[in-house]
Amino acid sequence: MKRIYSVLVENRSGVLFKVAGLFSRRCFNIDSLAVGETDSADVSCMTVVSSGDERTMEQIEKQLNKKIDVIKVRTFDESEAISRELMLLKVKYTKSNRAEILEICDIMKADIVDMSKTQLMIQICDVPERTRVLISMLSSISIVEVARTGTLALPKCADS
Amino acid sequence: MTGADSIVKCLEAEGVDVVFGYPGVAICPFYNAILNSDIETVLIRTEQNAAHAASGLARVTGKVGVCAVTSGPGATNVITGIATAFADSIPIVVITGQVNSELLGSDVFQEADITGAVESFVKYSYLVRDADDIPRIFKEAFHLASTGRKGPVLIDVPIDIQNAPTSKFKYPESINMRTYKPTVKGHAVQIQKAVKALNHAKRPIICAGGGVLLADACGALRELSERYSIPAVHTMMGKGALPSEYKLNYGMVGNNGKPYANRAMNEADVLIMIGARVADRAISQPDIIFDNKTLIHIDVDPAEIGKNAQATIPIVGDALSILTEMLESEITCNTSDWVDTLEEYRNTMAVVRHPNPDFVDPGEFIRRLTDSMEDTAVYVADVGQNQIWSCAYAIVRDGRFLTSGGMGTMGYSIPAAMGVKYACPDTQVVAVCGDGSFQMSMMELATMRQHGIQGKIVVMSNGYLGMVREYQHYTYKDNYSVVDLSGSPDLSKISEAYGFKYLRLENMKDCDAVIKDFLSTDESVLLELIIDPMDLVK
Repeated sequence: MKRIYSVLVENRSGVLFKVAGLFSRRCFNIDSLAVGETDSADVSCMTVVSSGDERTMEQIEKQLNKKIDVIKVRTFDESEAISRELMLLKVKYTKSNRAEILEICDIMKADIVDMSKTQLMIQICDVPERTRVLISMLSSISIVEVARTGTLALPKCADS
Repeated sequence: MTGADSIVKCLEAEGVDVVFGYPGVAICPFYNAILNSDIETVLIRTEQNAAHAASGLARVTGKVGVCAVTSGPGATNVITGIATAFADSIPIVVITGQVNSELLGSDVFQEADITGAVESFVKYSYLVRDADDIPRIFKEAFHLASTGRKGPVLIDVPIDIQNAPTSKFKYPESINMRTYKPTVKGHAVQIQKAVKALNHAKRPIICAGGGVLLADACGALRELSERYSIPAVHTMMGKGALPSEYKLNYGMVGNNGKPYANRAMNEADVLIMIGARVADRAISQPDIIFDNKTLIHIDVDPAEIGKNAQATIPIVGDALSILTEMLESEITCNTSDWVDTLEEYRNTMAVVRHPNPDFVDPGEFIRRLTDSMEDTAVYVADVGQNQIWSCAYAIVRDGRFLTSGGMGTMGYSIPAAMGVKYACPDTQVVAVCGDGSFQMSMMELATMRQHGIQGKIVVMSNGYLGMVREYQHYTYKDNYSVVDLSGSPDLSKISEAYGFKYLRLENMKDCDAVIKDFLSTDESVLLELIIDPMDLVK
């Protein structure tokens, strides 16, 4: 079972270490982790994707809430949230496969953001599942390196 | 005024009477500033014991215990004491000196990343970066340590911050922490559900943990048990929450507990688990034991509920507040048949020991010792076979029983008893340890002599690390590995060297006279018991 934890924390030094340390010490999985400042400079938002059984999922939320630097924990399933991941991916290209790469990028709504005579850098911002698809589509072409942000997610908009 | 002066003023504002510690250069500004205060200082002989002494003081006074040590090895040495306090939820504040702020991270002499190292053993930690933050940080630290689920808080203060000039001292009157608001009052609907479950209960039982003592809820628990005839058992940390001789107290549960206490818990239909973590030594297979019963789990820490056992009725909050509210409702349960059954279990399932007459029987000795102790006495048990015998045989009346239950830290009893005796000089305090645990803390005999703290120490000598030997006896068929304690010092000479009176008991013949001598003397005294090296707790 996969769950997304959106954790608002005090924007202080050492907080990332404390939250990540909690996951490792209690043997909770981290599938992905993304951290950034929110609209207020003293609050950061950590988005953690984790997996495990129901009791573990409940413990993660409770243990996060115990951390003094944690302001608020929200947890939701992928279906209840809009989630995105940003990926930058560098590939080696040749004349013969350039058109194929561009076609894949077109289908996947990925952009070419940089290029040299031998390399292309591709950017995709999409749901995590589609960034994985792009990697698998390009894996037959030589991938040089990949950087991904990890999942960012917010619960879907509500009217209340 | 400097940062160090500010720290001392904070401790004064918190009503701290004594700081246990060990100086080094990085904490010297603090130890210089404290000379201008009425706060006393006690020089312990190794830093771990400063935390244990603070823990002993905290447990009997209900105040926050304080210790202060230097950077680097001073700080790393105190970690075991911090972890011990954390495992048992004991409120202490640990101040560590640190190298100059500008040198942090450059691995200079005696630098250790102590806030990083203790992260999983503290409730919270601070690295002070600005001397003007000291009052706020100390106010928060004492508040965090002593509220909600109590525990240790560490404050790391670089030497330049201690020396830095600060603005006029003003101790904050209130706390402003948006992230920390522990639940005190139990949810009314949940409490009513618990009352309803008890109304339908045929075989209810209370299991009291250390949280009952931490919440000062012993009286309310006794009232609930007595008014409605609800029998009770307890965990190791819950020993003393109800008097040992109270008729509905069926003793300690767990793999080292009373067989009839375990049976009582297994056969109960409604179990009120209060201030207990459902840890493996108390309840080894929670899913099986709790399968057929209503589990009312009361704990101040929401994360403990559902961690090891799924509660039917979870109630988050302070034990005293919740019990007081439960007592406001009328509970109608008839337990007379159930109590009769438990009495029968108690009479037929008692463990019968077969002591070797050539040695002191530790169980009978502890029973007679505690029977002769003052009603308000504090008994501090160490870790090992001595701890299990202490749990099984010590009689606690209106006093306290202290031990390192969660972490099982050997050497806890002597420094903890020292902290208790320092805080309560008129209370009778006895530390009971084995010859292994004694040698882990015997350096503190000097601290007691130096500071005029009376020590009453019982050492059970068997020349072995008895608990491990017993484990190797059962698990490895007497293939002993690294448990022989040969080479131990002559305790009569150790006693003499540290100015302690030495008493010795080799068998049960003179037991009562020696106990009388041990308890009545005003001197510091060490009583060595010669026990059978092959004796077992099971």
